[in-house]
Amino acid sequence: MRVARPLRHIQRHRTWCISPRMHSYLRESDPMTNPSPILELRGVNKSFGAVHVLRDVDLNAYTGQVTALVGDNGAGKSTLIKGVAGIHSFDSGEYLFEGKSASVHEPRQANALGIEVVYQDLALCDNLDVVHNMFLGREEKKGVVLDEITMERRAKETLAGLSVRTLQSVRQQVSSLSGGQRQTVAIARAVLWNSKLVILDEPTAALGVAQTEQVLNLVRRLADNGLAVILISHNMNDVFEVADNIACLYLGMMAAQVHKKDVTHAQVVELITSGRSGDLGVQPEVLSNGAIA
Amino acid sequence: MSAPQITDVDVPEAGDTAGVGRALGDYFKRVRGGDVGSLPAILGLIVLVALFSVLESSTFFTALNFANLLNQGTAIIVLAMGLVFVLLLGEIDLSAGFAAGTSAAVLAVTLTKWGLAWPLALGAGLLTGTLIGLLLGILVARLGIPSFVVTLAAFLGLQGVMLLIIGEGGTIPIQNDFLLAIMNRNMPVWTGWLLAAVVVVGYAAVTLRAIKSRRSAGLASSSTTVWTAKVISIAVMLGVAVYLLNGERQIVRAGKQTCVVMGPPNEPVGCIPVIQGVPWAVLVVLVLLVGLTFLLSRTSFGRHVYAVGGNTEAARRAGIKVSSIKITCFMICSTLAAVAGVLLASRDNSVSPTTGGAQTLLFAVGAAVIGGTSLFGGRGRVVDAIVGGLVVAVIANGLPLITSQSGIQYVVTGGVLLVAASVDALSRRRTSASGR
Repeated sequence: MRVARPLRHIQRHRTWCISPRMHSYLRESDPMTNPSPILELRGVNKSFGAVHVLRDVDLNAYTGQVTALVGDNGAGKSTLIKGVAGIHSFDSGEYLFEGKSASVHEPRQANALGIEVVYQDLALCDNLDVVHNMFLGREEKKGVVLDEITMERRAKETLAGLSVRTLQSVRQQVSSLSGGQRQTVAIARAVLWNSKLVILDEPTAALGVAQTEQVLNLVRRLADNGLAVILISHNMNDVFEVADNIACLYLGMMAAQVHKKDVTHAQVVELITSGRSGDLGVQPEVLSNGAIA
Repeated sequence: MSAPQITDVDVPEAGDTAGVGRALGDYFKRVRGGDVGSLPAILGLIVLVALFSVLESSTFFTALNFANLLNQGTAIIVLAMGLVFVLLLGEIDLSAGFAAGTSAAVLAVTLTKWGLAWPLALGAGLLTGTLIGLLLGILVARLGIPSFVVTLAAFLGLQGVMLLIIGEGGTIPIQNDFLLAIMNRNMPVWTGWLLAAVVVVGYAAVTLRAIKSRRSAGLASSSTTVWTAKVISIAVMLGVAVYLLNGERQIVRAGKQTCVVMGPPNEPVGCIPVIQGVPWAVLVVLVLLVGLTFLLSRTSFGRHVYAVGGNTEAARRAGIKVSSIKITCFMICSTLAAVAGVLLASRDNSVSPTTGGAQTLLFAVGAAVIGGTSLFGGRGRVVDAIVGGLVVAVIANGLPLITSQSGIQYVVTGGVLLVAASVDALSRRRTSASGR
């Protein structure tokens, strides 16, 4: 760590020299109809030892919109999301939630703000039923006794609010559910807590065609119900189907966050693979200076 | 994913009061999906009882032997109840048998040698169990040593501690009337009937209330027909059991256990007054059953125990304090082992270095697993321990009536345990197969 610190400082400084251009670009092309994002990251950095994983990353998420976070393996998507969720904290940069500076160093603090994350492995208990899973760790109680009726009713309301009709019974054990149904339960659990921002990590990665469609519909409904959604995905079809805007990470830098309508499929792929596409993305001098360090 | 695909059809559910057919259908679906519960144990119990009754009708299927069987099974059942908590986490406690022995030794020493009042001695015995559990739990949950190793060490260590407490080769008698009464005395006839009535009415009331409140909340609930059937079958079973136990057990046959086990203490063998009534030990088991079932199925602690056993990482992410849940479960297990130790001391009228040793623990683990508790964690109920404990007790009680070779008894018990573990493993595979 001691050795890494000065190095990192130099690197940060170097990137910073050029990034105003990026910032202004982002601001100009800011496609959002809603002017104030619910989550706003400004110039966040994160290093693990000598590895500078995130470099001055900006990210906005808006209520009622799906923000797709794309990038190749190792681009820093997970690190960025874990920082937002409080699993680890950013080294520097601003973290604004609902316009106010927030300090998030623990998952609980993120939960308290109204941020819920659905991880790729879903974190469901197979031996418990849908209601138990949705309320796990935050059970409703009457005195010391679990209030099953209230929990079941709230679970059903939440699922109904998301127009989920694929579950036969909320008293089914999770072990008897299909992959898509499990994803649905995990998402419903995230929504249950009056959350404002839901982060989904590759929700369709392990699903078949029909189930992918169901989950994508669900993701769209989340946004339409007034939540901000950040969707991590590798699948361009998924991204173009549900996202309102696309944030593209390249080697730990935010290459661009653009409105879906402003880019083509090919441009996004180019942003992912080379960090730039035409006048979009990270400029060549940034790449040569900062990225390959 | 290859399972029959989900359709976007709304299945009506609210206020659904399906009949017996639907309830049975659901049950078969659950069993086919791998959730067999204690079904194999109940079937096994019926088969074993039928078998022994046919082979040894004169001795096995008698009121006396029924009481004997309960007496032999009680300590194992209580020990198994404790093990259910540890098994639910996917852990094991090999030291529970000697935790029982050590606690009994503390009880005997404080009572007989130090002359403490029995409630204090009893408290000291139970506290010993709790402390053993605390130590095991800390080693497993905080240090992260596999429970197999920790409890194997405790298995050896506690055996030594027990010897040190008792003194080499010694046997400490217990002379307190209350403690001896637990395993040696029976309730008056009317108390037995009252107890049965309280249990049936209590069960009926609690379950009916649950159905009513679910209905008034517009949620699906089981039908009243199914409820009636359950209540009646429980009433019949308890009625038969109490009737048998309330019958005169005065023996014609001079069995070797009759006087020692069933007769009042301190009376010479052969001069037994009227023996009838439900053993008091049954009340102990019943109270533990109700209390622990409540804890596991109605409180958030119980829910968290299942969650930790099902998916530890998910439980951790849900904000559950995994290590304190584990420590608490080990404490519950060892405390119940201490209760079992008291029962053993009461049954034998003394505590010796063999109390809780020999096959006690293995029978208890067998009882829990035979009853339907999964060795993989996350599945099991307290009542499983009773069903499984009865199976073990029936084998231990019935086989010696048929054959004098004790080797056969071990082989059969081992075989039954293996069958139970196979059912567990297969049903687990079934569950994960039907999962996607």
